[in-house]
Amino acid sequence: MRYEVVIGLEIHVELLTASKLFCGCSTAFGEEPNSNCCPVCLGLPGSLPVFNRRAIELAVTAALALNSEVQLTSRFDRKNYFYPDLPKAYQVSQYDRPLARGGYLEVEFDGGRRGVGLERVHLEEEAGKLIHAGDSIIGAGHSLVDYNRAGIPLLEIVTAPELHTGREARLFLEDLRTVLLYSRISDCKMEEGSLRCDANISLRPEGSSELGTKAEVKNMNSFRSVELALDYEVKRQEQVLSGGGSVVQETCHWDEEKKQTIALRGKEGSSDYRYFPEPDLLPLVLESDFVQNLGQSLPELPAARRDRLRDQYGLEREEAFLLTANRELGDFFEEAAGEYNDYRTLVNWIQGDLLYQLRGSGKQAEDLEPALLVKLLQLLDEGSINRPVAKELLAEMVQTGADPKKLVRERGLERISGLESLLPLVEQVIAENPEAVENYRRGKEKALAFLVGKVMAMTKGRADPAELNRLFKEKI
Amino acid sequence: MRLYEQTAADLSRMLQSREVSSVEVVRSFLERINEVDPHLRAFITQTPVMALDSAGEIDARRTRGETLHPLAGVPVAVKDNISTMDLRTTCASRILENYIPPFDATVISVIKKAGMPILGKTNLDEFAMGSSTENSAFYPTRNPWDPERVPGGSSGGSAVAVATGMAPLALGSDTGGSIRQPASLCGVTGLRPTYGRISRYGLVAFASSLDQIGTVSTTALDGALLMNLVAGYDPLDSTSLPDQIPDYPTGLEPDLKKLRVGLIRYGRMEGFDPQVSEAVNRAASLLEEHGAEVGEVSLPLTDYGLSAYYLIAPSEASSNLGRYDGVRYGFCSDGDSIEAMFSRTRGEGFGPEVKRRIMIGTYALSAGYYDAYYLKAMKVRTLIRCDYEQAFNKFDLLLGAASPTPAFKLGEKTEDPLQMYLSDVCNITDSLAGVPSLAVPGGFSSGGLPIGLQLTARPMQEKLLLKAARFFEEQRQPALLRPKLEYLEGGGSNEI
Repeated sequence: MRYEVVIGLEIHVELLTASKLFCGCSTAFGEEPNSNCCPVCLGLPGSLPVFNRRAIELAVTAALALNSEVQLTSRFDRKNYFYPDLPKAYQVSQYDRPLARGGYLEVEFDGGRRGVGLERVHLEEEAGKLIHAGDSIIGAGHSLVDYNRAGIPLLEIVTAPELHTGREARLFLEDLRTVLLYSRISDCKMEEGSLRCDANISLRPEGSSELGTKAEVKNMNSFRSVELALDYEVKRQEQVLSGGGSVVQETCHWDEEKKQTIALRGKEGSSDYRYFPEPDLLPLVLESDFVQNLGQSLPELPAARRDRLRDQYGLEREEAFLLTANRELGDFFEEAAGEYNDYRTLVNWIQGDLLYQLRGSGKQAEDLEPALLVKLLQLLDEGSINRPVAKELLAEMVQTGADPKKLVRERGLERISGLESLLPLVEQVIAENPEAVENYRRGKEKALAFLVGKVMAMTKGRADPAELNRLFKEKI
Repeated sequence: MRLYEQTAADLSRMLQSREVSSVEVVRSFLERINEVDPHLRAFITQTPVMALDSAGEIDARRTRGETLHPLAGVPVAVKDNISTMDLRTTCASRILENYIPPFDATVISVIKKAGMPILGKTNLDEFAMGSSTENSAFYPTRNPWDPERVPGGSSGGSAVAVATGMAPLALGSDTGGSIRQPASLCGVTGLRPTYGRISRYGLVAFASSLDQIGTVSTTALDGALLMNLVAGYDPLDSTSLPDQIPDYPTGLEPDLKKLRVGLIRYGRMEGFDPQVSEAVNRAASLLEEHGAEVGEVSLPLTDYGLSAYYLIAPSEASSNLGRYDGVRYGFCSDGDSIEAMFSRTRGEGFGPEVKRRIMIGTYALSAGYYDAYYLKAMKVRTLIRCDYEQAFNKFDLLLGAASPTPAFKLGEKTEDPLQMYLSDVCNITDSLAGVPSLAVPGGFSSGGLPIGLQLTARPMQEKLLLKAARFFEEQRQPALLRPKLEYLEGGGSNEI
């Protein structure tokens, strides 16, 4: 039997606020454990939550960027469960009246662009972090708790079950990340846990409309592991079903070392979190002006930018993708394009030499002034330098941020051109290499390259090979 | 007259005129505590050193000619479920027996800022769950009018401290009558303000949508003086009311002309002591004689109030008390697994009434039961609010009993939780409606036990309640009621 794979994702994103959702504690990553805590985020008896206005702004911005319908009245609820990383034994979250409902994200899949539906977007608080002594969560001797993270505002985005492969899930996440980065609501660092993804995955016979029994996959720490884990889980469930068995509803842990999913807890019905409205907070009521203003101040989003890059600068699809996914590189291109209108040359340099140099040096696009690349290209266009020199200069510019004009002047790198300078050198090389000259006359094109190379060596690469070619042809 | 017998208003005047120093005042109360508290046990923690230090500081500031708050130097007792920085806050529970908060509740910050010395932390039913102070994990508090009887609860310690002159003023908390019922049983004035009128920040939560800090005093004026200090908006409490507060102590002189008073007719009268009903009727006549228009009012849904309350409050409690898991602070037991540790910590740390309510609340919030219990109770609560709104279309003030009976005997109701719950029946619907409510002495039973009246007003009308309380004060002789404590004067023959 052939199966259709159905995947829904639950994504948690830490919002880029300076302070936590309900108190003034810092959200900085990597501080001394339990140093960014106060009575509120530690849930000390008698402490009470107060909304962080900024977190609400960011959450609404994200919802708008995801085409989700922002609810002018939403409510916070308590999700009750016991766990050492949960200071109050409940998480303040949103249950039946979320901040935003519905929405979609347009994703460029292999087969073309398709909208992936969203169920909801809501705001909640982050839990603390357990650090397990020993190798893994299973069999750890003891655990330590760090509450620095507890109370950081967290956005939960739930997709409709509309993804069908591990690769689709990965492409969706990459696009989602780009949207969230563009809206500046999160830094989306999976390795620091500021973007996390759990997946619900089930199989059903092709053509069936009922959903199969799902497994929930957790602990996927990179986009790549999302793809691997889901592909693994597809195969596992396929085997179970093909063998006549049935999938057990369970929570699995992706084991990055073994590259397999491991059932974390045994059979687990739906947990009873005893949700009820959080009595310490009033319902969240937003003014429609507030939402509208945030909508108007939304920055250009990736899909729009991709289209615009192609229209405005005549870029190819892949180029537009690259310059959108790497926002800084895209910004670099657009700033440079403001002063330099040979977009084709510009984008070739940026996606070629510049990207190569950035990757090699570990530098970022924002470390280099776009105007400097423009100067370099202008030097090249004027014929002041040749291409090999330009490439060398770019490498140095990326390292030091130096001005290419200054480098050319200081080091005498100007191109040597014109009969006056070159003819004596050409004549000298002809005189000194009669054999090569003879070979060329007999039709060996390679000999010409040899002769040109001699002059290039004499000029330390500053002559123009094309010009030399022409001169040699005339003289021989 | 000894200093500890003075009202807070008189002490304030004497301090401001420098007739006495705060150190003298505090000493008088500390001596009284030493004399009385071993018999009645109103306090969990006494803080004589801290109290004398802050009294000394206030005296010094007064000598320097600084402008001080009217209550500066007047001491106060604080219920032990209100967080005090660097001072044990136990909630009368084993689970918090050694818990020392690193922060002050907002009310404590304002009290300290005003220069009121804190005499100590008063006893209560564990986590404020109870009506007799017998649920304290440490010891029960005794009623000063008859030490074989309970002082009411849960703010029993605060009520006893004020009734016996161990403190001129006290802070309590009222979730479903926990200020008004003990005030009634101890013969003092207890005010539960409008929900949100006094910040809850730092009040250890029992049922968040019902919990409210309030005042215990011997007179309405004293209550007004304390309200002036502790009421008002607090940005740290999202449910705090933003409205401006009036000046509570000014213009308290009662003017009953045209005041419309609704005498509450209870649906069910079983368990009501006829002497209580008589006292309430007497009070109604008294109001009428002085120009008020008295009519009868029934609040039909109040019959369901008790049931709704005992679903909503335990539901919230089951969530609020989840945090006592032994991981971060408080009592911690051991266990082979984290689940075993949680389970043993809570099993050993909580008393039986707290466990009972956690279980009721957990059940009421469970999937499949939520709609039938919690949600239905919330709907009843909404209807009760409507009942009150309608009543307040016709009346300015509602009059009823603050407790169905005078103080009952220690141990009388401990075996029957439902009987214990019924002792809050008069108080609970005001709490559900969120309206301000006050208990004021309204006479004595034939056995010499105080009987309390309960007055209820529209939201934010605390001042009207204080005015009415002042009226009843002026009608009685003597105005200031004090239990005789003969068992003390008899050389401790009734030593407890």
